[in-house]
Amino acid sequence: MTPSSLKKLALLPVLLLLSGCDWVVMNPSGDIAAQQRDLIILSTVLMLIIIVPVIFLTLFFAWKYRQSNKTAKYDPDWHHSTKLEIVIWAAPLVIIMILGAVTWTSTHLLDPYRPLDRLAPGRTAEGVKPLKVQVVALDWKWMFIYPELGIATVNELAAPVDTPIDFDLTASSVMNSFYVPALAGQIYAMPGMRTKLHAVINKPGVYDGFSANYSGEGFSHMRFKFHGMNRADFDKWAAEVRKSNDRLDGTRYLVLEKPSEKVPPQRFASVEAGLFDKAVNRCVEPGKMCQHDMMAIDKSGGLGMAGVYNVTTLEYDKRTRRGEGGIRSFIAALCAPKSAPAEAR
Amino acid sequence: MSPDLVKTIFGRLTWDAIPLHEPILIGTFGVVALGGITVLAALTYFKVWGYLWREWLTSVDHKKIGVMYIILAIIMLLRGFADALMMRAQQAIAFGDAAGYLPPHHYDQVFTAHGVIMIFFVAMPLITGLMNLVVPLQIGARDVAFPFLNNFSFWMTVGGAITVMLSLFVGEFARTGWLAYPPLSGLAYSPDVGVDYYIWSLQIAGVGTTLSGINLIVTIVKMRAPGMSLMKMPVFTWTSLCSNVLIVASFPILTAVLALLSSDRYLGTNFFTNDFGGNPMMYVNLIWIWGHPEVYILVLPAFGVFSEVVSTFCSKRLFGYSSMVYATVVITILSYIVWLHHFFTMGSGASVNSFFGITTMIISIPTGAKIFNWLFTMYRGRIRFEVPMMWTVGFMVTFVIGGMTGVLLAVPPADFVLHNSLFLIAHFHNVIIGGVVFGMFAGIVYWFPKAFGFKLDPFWGKLSFWFWQIGFFFAFMPLYVLGLMGVTRRVSHFEDHSLQIWFVISAFGAVLILFGIISFVMQMVVGFMKREQLADKTGDPWGGRTLEWSTSSPPPAYNFAFTPVIHEIDAWHDMKQRGYVRPTTGFIPIHMPKNTGAGVVLAGISVVVGFAMIWQIWWLAVISFVALVASAIIHTFNFKRDYYIPAEEVVRVEDARTEALRSLA
Amino acid sequence: MAHAQALTEADKDRFYLTEDHHPENGTLLGFWIYLMSDCLIFAVLFACYAVLGRNYAAGPSGADLFDLPIVAVNTALLLFSSITYGFAMISAQAKKVKPTLIWLAVTGLLGLGFLSLELYEFNHLIHEGAGPQRSAFLSSFFVLVGTHGLHVTFGCIWLVTLMVQVAKRGLGGEMKRRLMCLSMFWHFLDVIWIGVFSFVYLLGVLK
Repeated sequence: MTPSSLKKLALLPVLLLLSGCDWVVMNPSGDIAAQQRDLIILSTVLMLIIIVPVIFLTLFFAWKYRQSNKTAKYDPDWHHSTKLEIVIWAAPLVIIMILGAVTWTSTHLLDPYRPLDRLAPGRTAEGVKPLKVQVVALDWKWMFIYPELGIATVNELAAPVDTPIDFDLTASSVMNSFYVPALAGQIYAMPGMRTKLHAVINKPGVYDGFSANYSGEGFSHMRFKFHGMNRADFDKWAAEVRKSNDRLDGTRYLVLEKPSEKVPPQRFASVEAGLFDKAVNRCVEPGKMCQHDMMAIDKSGGLGMAGVYNVTTLEYDKRTRRGEGGIRSFIAALCAPKSAPAEAR
Repeated sequence: MSPDLVKTIFGRLTWDAIPLHEPILIGTFGVVALGGITVLAALTYFKVWGYLWREWLTSVDHKKIGVMYIILAIIMLLRGFADALMMRAQQAIAFGDAAGYLPPHHYDQVFTAHGVIMIFFVAMPLITGLMNLVVPLQIGARDVAFPFLNNFSFWMTVGGAITVMLSLFVGEFARTGWLAYPPLSGLAYSPDVGVDYYIWSLQIAGVGTTLSGINLIVTIVKMRAPGMSLMKMPVFTWTSLCSNVLIVASFPILTAVLALLSSDRYLGTNFFTNDFGGNPMMYVNLIWIWGHPEVYILVLPAFGVFSEVVSTFCSKRLFGYSSMVYATVVITILSYIVWLHHFFTMGSGASVNSFFGITTMIISIPTGAKIFNWLFTMYRGRIRFEVPMMWTVGFMVTFVIGGMTGVLLAVPPADFVLHNSLFLIAHFHNVIIGGVVFGMFAGIVYWFPKAFGFKLDPFWGKLSFWFWQIGFFFAFMPLYVLGLMGVTRRVSHFEDHSLQIWFVISAFGAVLILFGIISFVMQMVVGFMKREQLADKTGDPWGGRTLEWSTSSPPPAYNFAFTPVIHEIDAWHDMKQRGYVRPTTGFIPIHMPKNTGAGVVLAGISVVVGFAMIWQIWWLAVISFVALVASAIIHTFNFKRDYYIPAEEVVRVEDARTEALRSLA
Repeated sequence: MAHAQALTEADKDRFYLTEDHHPENGTLLGFWIYLMSDCLIFAVLFACYAVLGRNYAAGPSGADLFDLPIVAVNTALLLFSSITYGFAMISAQAKKVKPTLIWLAVTGLLGLGFLSLELYEFNHLIHEGAGPQRSAFLSSFFVLVGTHGLHVTFGCIWLVTLMVQVAKRGLGGEMKRRLMCLSMFWHFLDVIWIGVFSFVYLLGVLK
């Protein structure tokens, strides 16, 4: 086999990858996802440098040294060659060193927690105001809060193109993973935790979003559409959301939080201030102590023996929501929850 | 009876637990029951119960225990594969308006059971069985270090498997995915018995696994024949040693983390709950600190099998023995510092992620070195394409693809787009089927004549290989593609019809694999029927190189009439080269362990404890637990655990072999 | 194990031993490996305590709950029981059945004393409302200390079993090996307890 045909063979899988134009991971519309795609291709090509010769040699040796081929050399005691050993350890080592360097830099550059510094190749993100979106994974639907716009939606996400999107994520009950393949890689949304994701969409269009981490019965339909829009269209969309009659407050959140499947998109003209923080801190239920307060109290050594009795039961309990009965308790808020952290400090 | 009394007697167990309303399950139950009754009736009819009990179930002979492990694995493979077929069928049809035939409630159990069964009750018994069968023979020992413990370990594994199977017909299995992440697996979100079945089956089997790990380590460390220094051990024994070290160093972590989860579920503690300061991420970390070494527990023995097979069938000494050994040890150590790559997307931060990404990639260096070593063993060899060698070449081609996608997934930003996708599913099936399954099948075909005295039927063996190999590509290449199309795992219904064709191809591949499994069983059936033709009278049917081929097939209970003395790597090859003459006189009595039924009893009671705990039948749990402790204590009062095979018996067996060998010559 | 693999000059040309060959007994090594695997279970529990031990969920902390004098007595009981077990082993080496049994009995009683105090402490805590359900801190405390306590319980059952066996069979090689295994187990629990005492109780009170 000539070197040039070998090279073509090595590129074949890559060409295959690229040819699939409907393969969203290979052909995304957001800059972060595109860089992740480039990384997949680069790593694959790097590894093919080893993999292709190995596969080729395996099949070639298997054929050449078959028993019936008496012309092939047979050397039953040949079992060591220092030179060859050096090569077989060094060749993968070199590839992994290169790949390791690529990994280190790309992991830092594409860290979902890192604010974007570019919108697309050659276009800086400096001076472009990011859009903040707060995401709550509920039992089998997604809630999106736009704190700066004061609006919220369920199972419908929109963002203007070429604008950095700054996601804050949490979940109400179990672990989920927020994933819009066209936009950027996924990140877990976990109860009581706040994760972050920075991304940008470069082409207008409607994209699929879903949970990528199994979360129970309704998981398969925990999907939403992500709309990438021109700035004007986005403003129009936001104005339309504002026309909705619904508003999102704690009570409404608690209704939404209950398990339900295949929920059609919903829009809310306004959002109770601080709702997302309460969701992260698991204290949307009235009378329940927020986790940041709890952590502040714990930091100063707990509430002492008095804290033993600071436990009440939930108004409706989560166990009944997913099956059998039983009472679920929680830590009650103190009288002045807002001042608690300050005092604790 | 008052409801309270009923609850006291039966706990959570009610008639609703019997899935009379599920036609699929009733059908399955019918088939299993019919099959079971047929087998039991046949055993009774042929009056083999006594024989079975004396010679097999209570046996402490490592060879028989090894065989029983493999039988268990093959039976459970049928169950696990039935789950796989159900999933492939569901995903091939459930598009748009068609909901498919499995509602999420059922589908979620199927994928959980598939994962649990395939890892714990197929792959693990396969490797433990093969190690049991082969390691003592390879090191020239008469049995393992703790023969009773070996029998007990086996029955605990069976106990775990029985517990999983029970969930099919009494109650239901977990709907959480095979690692049962909390909070989903916590009491708040999975209040029914499913997760409890999961916990107890793994805990019961886990005891067996840990003990058999200890047993095999001590066997390898203490019982090698004179002259067999560490660097003269066969590679399979080396990989078994490393694998068992990994078992002992990782299974306790699984035991502990599952105990914590059960504490959350039974006592209401708050380790992994959302409120009260619990931390589910702790579970995810801990379970993967077990879970990643587990991958190498499975694949290292397979690497060992390939090393043996490749040098035997190339009629050539293994290339780079010491680099093979060092590679194995390096993999063993590194496998502990890569666990976080299973959840880069949890938000650990870039430096942590890249550290774990890079350590993961580093594992590919020794693995790569191994592949090259096999490759250069083939170089200038005389390759006989018997069935085990075909599995090996198939492995080399298939596994490197899986290795490549694995390294790809180790790059955190790439993992962000591929994590939890079908690409990941394709990757780990690629390494587990291409590595572990192919390796174990190669090992079974390779060592079968040693265990039973006849070779498996090569026609069906080759058919099995080709069905598996081609079926694998059909089943999993589409999943790679689907992963790149952004399709995630564990989904039971799709809207996008353009995906369907890929799922259909994949389902077709699964059917091919089904033929592969049927052919695999057929090679045993046909092999048995043609056992005269395929018989191995020499004890060395393949031109083997290691000690197990120096004794008869099947080996006598005591393995070796005289303890062998080792001078070289590939001891048997060395003996053949230097004109070894088999001893025919001077036999002496041989000290051997005695069979015991204690293992069956203890494991049986453990299953009752598990069942009582799952259904919260507290009185039964207490009684059976006390019974368990009491039987264990009673067993310790049995001091008559060994006996001597009289010299005359040894003479009789060895003379028969002398006669057989003479008739060949 | 070294001698098993070292070949003498005479072995050079022979391929098998004509004499009876017994590999070295592996019980103690095996038991040691088991202890290391058990140690990993405790490692997990300690790790959980390290992560969750400050999550009081606005409830009581170790400083509010722990009664150091009781724990000190407890520690003393367990440490003494290790010493008395040591005496039992010395007597066993000398093949003196009766002193062995007496020292084992003392060890067992000290173990039971430890367990009673621990149960008293647990009962007291639960009674006060600081049960394992109250917070992740208490969960990890109860499970860590309780797992150690369970080990001691099994140690006691095992001890009684061995006493019966020693009484019946005397102090042959097999019985000595069994006593040695329990000895390792008992000392191992001591080491774990020192970890529990320092990391859980002392640091918990000191903060």
